[in-house]
Amino acid sequence: MTRTKVGDLRVRQLKAQQMLRGDLSGAALEEYVEERLIFTKLEEAQNWARKNACWPLGFGLACCAIEMITVIGSPRNDLARFGAEVIRFSPRQADLLILSGRVSIKMAPIIRRLYDQMLEPKWVVSMGACASSAGMFNNYALVAGADKFLPIDVYVPGCPPRPEALIYGIMKLQDKIMGHPDMGWRERYNAYGTEEREVEYDPTSGALAPDAERRP
Amino acid sequence: MTDREREASVTVERLDEEPVSGTAAVTEGDLHEELFTINIGPHHPATHGVLRLLTTLEGEVVQDVKPIIGYVHTGIEKSCEDQQYWKVITFVERMDYLAYYFNAQAYCMAVERLLDEEVPPRAEYLRVIHLELNRIASHLFWIATAALDIGAVTMLWWGCRDRDLVLDLFEMSGGQRIHTRYIQVGGVMEDIPPGFEAKTRDFLKVMPERLDQYLSLLDRNEIWLRRTKGTGIVPAERLLALGVTGPLLRAAGHPWDLRKAMPYSAYGDFDFNVPVGTVGDNYDRFRVRIDEMRQSLRIVEQALDGLPEGPHITTNRKVALPPRHELATSMEALIHHFKLVTEGFRVPPGEAYTAVESPRGELGCFVVADGSAKPARVHVRDPSFVNLQALPDMARGGLIADFISSVAMLDPILGGVDR
Amino acid sequence: MDATGLELIAQRVRDGVSADAVTGTHFLRGEATLEVAPAAVRDALAYLRDVDDEPWPRLMSLHGCDYLPEEPRLGVHYQLLSMERTDRLNVKTRLGTDDPRLPSVVDLFPGADYQEREVYDMFGVVFDGHPDLRRILMPEDYVGFPQRRDFPMGGEPVIFTFNEHELPRWYD
Repeated sequence: MTRTKVGDLRVRQLKAQQMLRGDLSGAALEEYVEERLIFTKLEEAQNWARKNACWPLGFGLACCAIEMITVIGSPRNDLARFGAEVIRFSPRQADLLILSGRVSIKMAPIIRRLYDQMLEPKWVVSMGACASSAGMFNNYALVAGADKFLPIDVYVPGCPPRPEALIYGIMKLQDKIMGHPDMGWRERYNAYGTEEREVEYDPTSGALAPDAERRP
Repeated sequence: MTDREREASVTVERLDEEPVSGTAAVTEGDLHEELFTINIGPHHPATHGVLRLLTTLEGEVVQDVKPIIGYVHTGIEKSCEDQQYWKVITFVERMDYLAYYFNAQAYCMAVERLLDEEVPPRAEYLRVIHLELNRIASHLFWIATAALDIGAVTMLWWGCRDRDLVLDLFEMSGGQRIHTRYIQVGGVMEDIPPGFEAKTRDFLKVMPERLDQYLSLLDRNEIWLRRTKGTGIVPAERLLALGVTGPLLRAAGHPWDLRKAMPYSAYGDFDFNVPVGTVGDNYDRFRVRIDEMRQSLRIVEQALDGLPEGPHITTNRKVALPPRHELATSMEALIHHFKLVTEGFRVPPGEAYTAVESPRGELGCFVVADGSAKPARVHVRDPSFVNLQALPDMARGGLIADFISSVAMLDPILGGVDR
Repeated sequence: MDATGLELIAQRVRDGVSADAVTGTHFLRGEATLEVAPAAVRDALAYLRDVDDEPWPRLMSLHGCDYLPEEPRLGVHYQLLSMERTDRLNVKTRLGTDDPRLPSVVDLFPGADYQEREVYDMFGVVFDGHPDLRRILMPEDYVGFPQRRDFPMGGEPVIFTFNEHELPRWYD
């Protein structure tokens, strides 16, 4: 095995030398070029570069921040493998806002300001139950879900989500950046026919349209 | 009027009411005496959580600091009034989110005092094991982020690496890494699984070398010593007047530790030391916490060696859920289970305040019961909330870099500060 | 501390401060509570801190409570600690909700600063003499005192299938 590999390497070296000298022609040249070229769309290449270099903003609010720091900073679950090489604390230099923790009414305008200061393209991952909905704190002090004032791309549930769950959420975000439709359970299990039906509502009163069927 | 003339006509007053520049032209020598207020805002790499600091600087010297908090106020105490007593444990755990077992312990001790409930000895020992493991985990996270703030970035990786070992142990016993709801009223949720003791002993063997590794990185590092020694000194009397407890007070030389002074749970059975500093600067705080980790390892080892047999939760079925296998055979067990799950246990009217020694100081829980199944008031006296009042004293007169290391060594947890 | 010790302390406070300072004592399973009239709170705490034979120099916690069905509604608790005797004493006052004012104890116990602000923020008790009485946990311009028991819990109704058609949908 090693011998063929060395042989391959030597063959490739010789071919490369020929290419550089301009000695390849015809079918050999075409074969050489085809081995080394990818054809893709510009958007795909751009998205591939973007998804693999998502730098998170260093922003932690509460308990989920501990798990986020564990994901970013622990050698066991390391987010740098997925392209988040550094955490940038300045919003101007970050792509990804991982909202980890409870969003109180005092903090909400500040988060919005941070989000506005980030440069396009930017994404938001809502980590934990408290950032996605109110979590278990359904009371006067929290904004029930950061999607009331921010567009959120991926919701990662859990209280707190395991580091692996956050990494899975970021991988889903990478799928989303690439433009692939997200592989929900319906595709995976081929479970079509289980979607909710669209029901018509009267936009002013919120009541059902008269001829709409109500799903039991 | 030119800009220069406009600048010269402005009078800036110092804190001691002396005008810095009058109507005379501003010279180069006067310019550095202006006071400059900056906002180290709620989002900043060097704050532990969302702490906003209004800092008044004169050059690089901090003249005054006003902490503004409330950015993660979750209204936990009000939410607790709406939940059954055992559900409150999950809420209260999320206050000081690095020392979750301590929150649950303080609350459960208060409720047990109101119920006049005895906790079986095995449960006390298991509680102590988990509390001390949580103390180690909290201090590891503290050293990871504090060293990151001061600049020793390697400690972040090492601290998180070793903290993962402790969180694996919590996952074995409680099912979750964080906020495990393991400590319940009357005991602990479940007995430890078979491999727990062996894995904990492995951890106890590995940890002292790791602590030596941390000290070899930091303790002989000239930069670390220059940044922490002699900075952020507050005398012990001032700390006592402010109500500060925990490693901050012990680093200043006052040996007050609730585990030794007013022992609760099973702490009276163990032989451990309480590290006390001398000067009260940031270096002493750092050494006190590292040595506390070593002492916690001793406590866990003694607890594992002496773990008694017995039930892991009180056998009073009116308070604790019966074991599942009893539900198939005993009617009373089924009724108790039903009542506990739907309504919860009722606590006779009364008030109780109990305190435990959390990694940050005295964590007290005040519970008012009114006879129903839901508490009328739960208040947690969080140590970080009271310790934060010492921050202006630490910062005044020092450089801003020393102020950052003071914040790091103060170890505030904003979840507990804001609740 | 036992119940008789608590009664002795109450008697000493009555002698040292004023005859109507102490309105009650309560002892439950090792925990001693001394109930004091609101006007005499500061003097009682000063007495307990400095003058008493068994002084209580540390204030560990200052917190409030709303005893809603019972009047007077608001309670403020001062949890005192003596490190030399390793003992705790809870000093408690009760106030009504119309104009709840108490003298501030920040000069006696500097650690009461943030805690009095929190009691003001959550219950509305105004502390006279506090250097900087602002809201600490809620936004500065918030209206209402959240931890009073008649303040609504707030939050959003949870949407189940039985009520999802009645509730206004936010994306409409």
